[in-house]
Amino acid sequence: MGGFDFSNHTRNAALMASGMPAPKATSTGTTIVGCLFDGGVVIAADTRATSGSVVADKNCEKLHYISPHIWCAGAGTAADTEFTTAIISSNLELHALSTGRKPRVVTCMTMLKQHLFKYQGHIGAYLVVAGCDPTGSHLYTVHAHGSTDRLPYVTMGSGSLAAMSVFETQWKKGIDRDGAVKLCSDAILAGIFNDLGSGSNVDVCVITPEKATLMRNYLTPNVRAPKELKYKFEKGTTAVLQEKLISKDELRRYITVTEVDAEGETTLTTDVMQVDA
Amino acid sequence: MRHSPRGGVGRTSVSDDAQFHPPQALFAISTTSIHPPVDPASASYLQISPRIQAGPHIKSTMSNPFTLNGGACLAMTGKDCVAIACDLRLGQQALTLSNNFPKVFNYGDVWLGLTGLATDVQTIHSLFRYKVNLYRLREEREIEPETMANLVSSTLYERRFGPYYVSPVVAGINQRTGKPFICGFDSIGCIDFAKDFIVSGTASDQLFGVAEGLWEPDLEADELFETISQTLLNSLDRDALAGWGAHVYIIKKDSVTKRLLRTRQD
Repeated sequence: MGGFDFSNHTRNAALMASGMPAPKATSTGTTIVGCLFDGGVVIAADTRATSGSVVADKNCEKLHYISPHIWCAGAGTAADTEFTTAIISSNLELHALSTGRKPRVVTCMTMLKQHLFKYQGHIGAYLVVAGCDPTGSHLYTVHAHGSTDRLPYVTMGSGSLAAMSVFETQWKKGIDRDGAVKLCSDAILAGIFNDLGSGSNVDVCVITPEKATLMRNYLTPNVRAPKELKYKFEKGTTAVLQEKLISKDELRRYITVTEVDAEGETTLTTDVMQVDA
Repeated sequence: MRHSPRGGVGRTSVSDDAQFHPPQALFAISTTSIHPPVDPASASYLQISPRIQAGPHIKSTMSNPFTLNGGACLAMTGKDCVAIACDLRLGQQALTLSNNFPKVFNYGDVWLGLTGLATDVQTIHSLFRYKVNLYRLREEREIEPETMANLVSSTLYERRFGPYYVSPVVAGINQRTGKPFICGFDSIGCIDFAKDFIVSGTASDQLFGVAEGLWEPDLEADELFETISQTLLNSLDRDALAGWGAHVYIIKKDSVTKRLLRTRQD
């Protein structure tokens, strides 16, 4: 297994010491929620990814697959949520194969918290873990430092307050599947419209002991109005100085060796080609 | 900008606001050795663009590795075609060092655009040439763009705690399915799968705006060339750190055209 490579760290730390800002990672300044219902669990997320105040991706996926009956919603540093869920998904599959049992949600949550605690919060993944296993339906939150919660309804991300206000006013004990889907999507909508870090569409995933149903773009309340006019340019608008058709042979090169003599003149150029692609 | 665990919260932090402070150091640069002392109020021609002014951190020799060398890259999808384009400038802050520094590289049927710190652009390029060549030898086939995207992503994330200062863009056509594919990455490997366009580099704010206005679905190859070229050219004109020539690749399943554009030289 790979692990992290710290070989640029000393260079980057020196650069930072000379007054340089840290690199800007894509962040899912997110609203994510989850809600247990009678016979399963629902999780939902918005689809906006931001880099500072720029919307980097208008329709990203924040619902991550872990195992056939466990899904995860991620907030925080986008790359961290993506890779943390991927590695735990991989390890959980191996675990299921070696034990011959279906993976449990509590196992997934424990693996996640131990992974994140090990990195002392430097891996910025804030997750909602949900799923069904032989012991029932479960819903957890996992914070980047490794703390966890087990609750009937949860929210996370920058839109968590807006989303929680919906749960706290509308949630009722013994809610059914459709009610839970409505409540979760309403909570995400509250985040989309009231939190600047959240936006675009609503993704929902419903998990029951039988199956998990991902409803990608379950709601699309922010469809861009179609352009009234075309903005195509006439052919020849752009002035071109040089034009070259690149052959397939050129693309099949491994390397190009250019020999240069003492005066700096190119004497020989050899292409090392791949034998038949 | 500070790297905040939750983007929404980070926007309002104090260190971010500090970026918009007046550029005290700016005139110190202008009025030393090279230029005669000038009254700042009357010297409007001496003003450098807001992009260079940005932030009080200009005091140090290196302010931000992403904007030190300048450069821009853009990829767009069309009908059964994709396009990827870059500028040719290499600079050190406001000083231009070269006008022949392409930022789009080819690996078989995949194109990779790399903006950011020039040393890392070259390191990453040779790293991927090595990795893709090994892939070809082991698999005895060319790498597909989707596979390249995952290779780039995991290569960057391996250095999660000591990243390369690059913003890569992948473009290509899947040779098996014929499907156009583009995607972009942040410096630690988060993939942005886009249906329409991907921008990167110092002109990314401008590129976002212009591309959002000009791009439309299902452009034919020659239409796509005009759209991507005009998007790049007009964005470059509003970025002092990028420009000085541009390369545009128009990629169809069985043919590729590379063009050098006429651009402003200032």
